[in-house]
Amino acid sequence: MEQIVNNSFKTQEYFVNMGPQHPAAHGVLRLLLTIDGEIIKNVDPDLGYIHRSIEKMCERDSYQQVVHLTDRMDYLSSHINNEAVCLTVENALELEVSDRVKVIRTIISELTRLASHQLWWGVMGMDVGALTTYFYAFRDRELINDIFEETCGARLTMNYNIPGGLMFDIHPNFVKRTKEFIAHFKTKLPEYDRLLTGNIIFQKRTKGVGVLTKEDAISFGVSGPVARGSGFANDVRKYHPYSAYDRVDFNEALFTEGDSFARYRVRIMEMWESMSIIEQLIDNIPDGDYNTPTKAVIKLPKGEFYQRVETARGELGVYINSTGTKNPYRVKFRSPGFSNLSVLNHIAKGAKIADLVATMASFDFVIPDIDR
Amino acid sequence: MTNEKIQNIVNGWGEGFEFSEEGSEFLNVVVPKEQLHSVCSQLRSHPDLNFDYLFCVTGMDWGEELGVIYHLESITNRHNIVVKVKTEDRENPTLDSVCDIWRTAEFHEMEIFDFFGIKFNNHPNLKRLFLTPDWDGYPLRKDYVDEANMIVK
Repeated sequence: MEQIVNNSFKTQEYFVNMGPQHPAAHGVLRLLLTIDGEIIKNVDPDLGYIHRSIEKMCERDSYQQVVHLTDRMDYLSSHINNEAVCLTVENALELEVSDRVKVIRTIISELTRLASHQLWWGVMGMDVGALTTYFYAFRDRELINDIFEETCGARLTMNYNIPGGLMFDIHPNFVKRTKEFIAHFKTKLPEYDRLLTGNIIFQKRTKGVGVLTKEDAISFGVSGPVARGSGFANDVRKYHPYSAYDRVDFNEALFTEGDSFARYRVRIMEMWESMSIIEQLIDNIPDGDYNTPTKAVIKLPKGEFYQRVETARGELGVYINSTGTKNPYRVKFRSPGFSNLSVLNHIAKGAKIADLVATMASFDFVIPDIDR
Repeated sequence: MTNEKIQNIVNGWGEGFEFSEEGSEFLNVVVPKEQLHSVCSQLRSHPDLNFDYLFCVTGMDWGEELGVIYHLESITNRHNIVVKVKTEDRENPTLDSVCDIWRTAEFHEMEIFDFFGIKFNNHPNLKRLFLTPDWDGYPLRKDYVDEANMIVK
């Protein structure tokens, strides 16, 4: 009798696949979970479902073509990805772009960040069971996409940057519509707080969940809002300014709790800061050329070039090794999502499966950015 | 700290280091592969250097040699160094893992094993990360051939 009771209460570890097509996994990410009941023992990410070997493709492409591949990585930060490659090429060529280009690039980068954080906010709410957030977020994000569409013809994969500047000048309506959007969103962002931030169920699902310490954040190479939720100040815009970030005044969003709720608050605060950056620049877009012509065939000098930018997900690094020909010898994209993913197993151990969903939502993964 | 001072400190740790700042914005140092782990752990633990943030790990195929490039930054001091390590063995390239020093290296080394076939000693879980386990060859090597899927100009 005693043996039967013992046997029936004996627990056993087993494996569960989360993804690659799981509604709460943002894209084709497969997590192989080792679980004991509801408790996670191990998370083993299985990548490659959307791996296209962009780095290998770059080796046969010209530098102008490399730009176009990058917005297929983190498609929610496509403009910032493009900018990273353009900055690397411009630095290597010692090509100084006009102030007008710098300011326009910065404004559109911040609009991109806003659109990305809006989408994240909608999905974050949805992942923890609040469906309404999705509609609120998409209502406002649509306005940014409309601005992008009018400016460069594309709503998501923009390809607005080229080495030397921009593909064409901004649309005559750009300034007016951007200001209208900022005025609109300033009334709507407090709504986000009222709807979700103060919600007691949401707070219970995120506070103290997925705690990442500052030491671990640095050791695991975590960047972006995830790092800043753990008190690791590493905003590339602050510490390695590029484009027009050295002429604007903004605060780095920083929280020290390290849990999912802190990462949530970092992004909400970043939306306010992005609006402030745009407001500082939008009235003073300098006159000048929108493009400094380069040669049709760009050949970089021999050497190694590295450029860091802050995408909506964190630090994107572009490493180009050139042998002096028209194709890069080696291109490496240090994508923020890849390094951020490496910490997931560490902080998910011992948590419940539902907590893993909330943690992943607060990490804001974009899978093509991880797989490249 | 200036690059010159960093160079002086690192030079005291052994022989065979090659420094260069040409064609790069960072201070580059090529380290013999036997000394990679000891140099890296000293870069991390030296109080004046304190390179705690490994922000980029790049696998490289230089043609004759395979190797790895580590981009390092110190969060407290905001200085950078680039460590390079090379191996001439293309059949069975093996380097020491640094994932006990910077935990992020665990994932990056898996990626490099997947694409370049470099094995890392003392890595806890070295396996194919993106490609299937039965994939033939290492695609980011320069001598990789795949006639079906690659357009060679």
